[in-house]
Amino acid sequence: MTLAETKPQALDFECETGNYHTFCPISCVAWLYQKIEDSFFLVIGTKTCGYFLQNAMGVMIFAEPRYAMAELEEGDISAKLNDYEELKRLCVQIKRDRNPSVIVWIGTCTTEIIKMDLEGLAPRLEAEIDIPIVVARANGLDYAFTQGEDTVLAAMAHRCPTAEKATEPEEKKERNAISSLLNFGKQKEEVAAEESTYHDHEPLVLFGSLPDPVVTQLTLELKKQGVKVSGWLPAKRFTELPVISEGYYVNGINPFLSRTATTLMRRKKCKLIGSPFPIGPDGTRAWVEKICSVLGVEPQGLEEREAKIWANMEDYLEIIRGKSVFFMGDNLLEVSLARFLIRCGMTCPEIGIPYMDKRYQAAELKLLEQTCHEMDVPLPRIVEKPDNYNQIQRIYKDNVDLVITGMAHANPLEARGINTKWSVEFTFAQMHGFGNARDILELVTRPMRRNNSLKDLGWGKLVKEEAKV
Amino acid sequence: MKLAYWMYAGPAHIGTLRVASSFKNVHGIMHAPLGDDYFNVMRSMLERERDFTPVTASVVDRHVLARGSQEKVVDNITRKDAEEHPDLIVLTPTCTSSILQEDLENFVERASESTEGDVLLADVNHYRVNELQAADRTLDQIVQFYIEKGRKHGDLLEKRTEKPSVNIIGMSTLGFHNQHDCTELKRLMTDLGIQVNEVIPEGASVHNLKRLPQAWFNLVPYRELGHMSAKYLEQEFGTPYVDITPMGVVETARCIRRIQQILNEQGADVNYEAFIEEQTLHVSQAAWFSRSIDCQNLTGKKAVVYGDNTHAAAMTKILAREMGIHVVWAGTYCKYDQDWFRQEVSEYCDEVIINEDHGAIGDAIAKVEPSAIFGTQMERHVGKRLNIPCGVIAAPIHIQDFPIGYKPFLGYEGTNQLADLVYNSFTLGMEDHLLEIFGGHDTKEVITKSMTADSDLAWANDGLSELNKIPGFVRGKVKRNTEKFARERGFVEITAEILYAAKESVGA
Repeated sequence: MTLAETKPQALDFECETGNYHTFCPISCVAWLYQKIEDSFFLVIGTKTCGYFLQNAMGVMIFAEPRYAMAELEEGDISAKLNDYEELKRLCVQIKRDRNPSVIVWIGTCTTEIIKMDLEGLAPRLEAEIDIPIVVARANGLDYAFTQGEDTVLAAMAHRCPTAEKATEPEEKKERNAISSLLNFGKQKEEVAAEESTYHDHEPLVLFGSLPDPVVTQLTLELKKQGVKVSGWLPAKRFTELPVISEGYYVNGINPFLSRTATTLMRRKKCKLIGSPFPIGPDGTRAWVEKICSVLGVEPQGLEEREAKIWANMEDYLEIIRGKSVFFMGDNLLEVSLARFLIRCGMTCPEIGIPYMDKRYQAAELKLLEQTCHEMDVPLPRIVEKPDNYNQIQRIYKDNVDLVITGMAHANPLEARGINTKWSVEFTFAQMHGFGNARDILELVTRPMRRNNSLKDLGWGKLVKEEAKV
Repeated sequence: MKLAYWMYAGPAHIGTLRVASSFKNVHGIMHAPLGDDYFNVMRSMLERERDFTPVTASVVDRHVLARGSQEKVVDNITRKDAEEHPDLIVLTPTCTSSILQEDLENFVERASESTEGDVLLADVNHYRVNELQAADRTLDQIVQFYIEKGRKHGDLLEKRTEKPSVNIIGMSTLGFHNQHDCTELKRLMTDLGIQVNEVIPEGASVHNLKRLPQAWFNLVPYRELGHMSAKYLEQEFGTPYVDITPMGVVETARCIRRIQQILNEQGADVNYEAFIEEQTLHVSQAAWFSRSIDCQNLTGKKAVVYGDNTHAAAMTKILAREMGIHVVWAGTYCKYDQDWFRQEVSEYCDEVIINEDHGAIGDAIAKVEPSAIFGTQMERHVGKRLNIPCGVIAAPIHIQDFPIGYKPFLGYEGTNQLADLVYNSFTLGMEDHLLEIFGGHDTKEVITKSMTADSDLAWANDGLSELNKIPGFVRGKVKRNTEKFARERGFVEITAEILYAAKESVGA
């Protein structure tokens, strides 16, 4: 028996204690209020929630955000005050001051524990004040960080009109924001001619919140293959939510959107295209290929396109090739990022992840496995609900070159001579599609490039050795 | 329910954790849902802490809601005891555990049967107290616990030290300039010939708490943290305490005179008058500064002050009494302690504002149009929008308010720092104002740093308006890149389309 054969042949899934650090899922309001321009997010919770948002969002809080806390007081907890009346008072005030097209209520741990019936109250209040109210329970009892977006989008999916309802021309025009954006400034005949460049396929709607430039890039990427994106959940405005009818194809562009996927399949009767996620040139190519294969389109020129992107990243690849990366796990992007970094030539002993939906991530997991075999590196162990304390012991033991982790551990690890990259940056960076692959490596290589400039100073370890720890 | 965008004082558990993690080898375990351990991020980021923050969460999730959290909490306590051998574990309730109403006290008892270290439940109610009150209460609780433990074991050190000595009470992690203040106060005590017996909680070991009674007196520099402990020690051991914040020249002198009085009452026979005079006239520059021409120019200028009790009160007195500045209003967010604030500042400002609503404070600033603001980061931002300079004097604070350089607010070096802070705020305001009157530093319009002075390219109106939408800090770069792109391709006029084409081609 050779050594190579002792490598694990299938991915190893473990589950630890769940004592790990991550952001509370209510943080999704920070990027969703910016994405959905006519929305207002009302987080119904306590001072603790408010304190988190205020500190985690840093300077953004000063920019008159379209979100606020409905801060629960002792009277609300003991049910001395009437929830409906209280919420009505606040929502009327929001309507008067900001006039949004939708108010999103974010349920928190407290509303869960005191069992405030937000789903029941919302339709009544919606009818009374005449603004749609969407309820998402993005709480720390059930979810981690980016899963907050998943709960919001799952709730929004119910608000997407079906084809029959959206027949009035005015309505249709509004819903077509993406195509009119792409056709901007073109003559009618040109548009018609362009329509014919698309293959004839069932409508495809993508879901997942991305910055507008990335939406445009991915939409154009599919357009190159003659695949038309009929809509995107969420759109720039709540009033532009895409038409979603029975039989439509849907595809998720982020790994943490399993509830949204389930909702679209079960409630909206859509067909889910389970693909790897368009993160890294390998992921993007696999993503395009999978969509094309389901829609019966022969993809063109992808191999050259991918090769060109890889060639363009060679300077960064040199830095990380042969190095190891350890994901402590906090935002659910870990599997896709690990797969990409293994393709870049890194090894990965451990992928920590808050929650692993093996069905929704099936194609991504398969690609990970395949990538490991092709690159001839051991398969990583995937640790769900990790335990940060144990992980740190493993990091010391494995002598890892780079740890991708939250801010709570980054400085202490750096002080012990271990390179870290702050994981939250991946959530806010533009990293989807071919064009943004370099940006991911920009982030990943930064600690190493920094160290290259400082390497001769002898300042590696900056904590005093004590008997314990 | 209350519609809220911003809060000045954090939730109760933050106060408890600030005190717990200030001690050496004390571990905080929060009874909280996933994501509530944000405290660790703040400590690691703001204080640039090299060590892991000794705080973990005993995570409350669905299973816990169904089964109760006893097993989990007890397990987590015993596990942490075995892993890190802390002297003390503080179980910290949060808003979530407040409403679950589990018998945490009982869990603590159960757990402490099998731990080597001590275990305490922080006695704070999320819905009744804020960060500052909780910190004060937790410190008091820990002090009492170890005094009583010392009594029980008979190893309490009650005998006064031979020479005059002091406990400095109230220095804590994430406190505004606390570390620098601590160094400055120790230096001041040394200058006065007073031994520093203990500093708590920052950097202290709980084992040393039994030495607290041997100090001649306690010094509580901050109004918000340490009073309860000082009162307890006075009641138990008759140790007097000084609670005059030595911030500003006059208050520092008052604080030292009070120390002198207390020591002499205990038979020390000290006289600090010569020291005060020497420091005031020759060491601190602040007294000379208020006499100088610079400060004369500040006479009667309008300012507003807002912050926590300690800093807002001291600042108000410094501005009004030591620099002749007109404080239009002074305010605090320490609503629970407003009587003290009123009493301290009433004679030094026209109006006292007690309010926790940042909107109301912003409006009050806009209405008055002061020449300078002294407030928190929130007021700094209001100042930015209104074009009024702001000196930050109190939490909530950002990373830039945790300077690496030595910047105490207390003691004689503190008076120098404050003079700079005040003077720089006002001159910047004046400079700005003059620039506006005379139309800028240089009347020649400077659009951007470009390679050549006279560009051969013209910007079309739509191109220019798109360019102006780009955030200022990258605008120059975008402009240069676009012009380079246009030049390479032979365009003579830059339209919005070309701007975006250029942006795409460089991927910037």
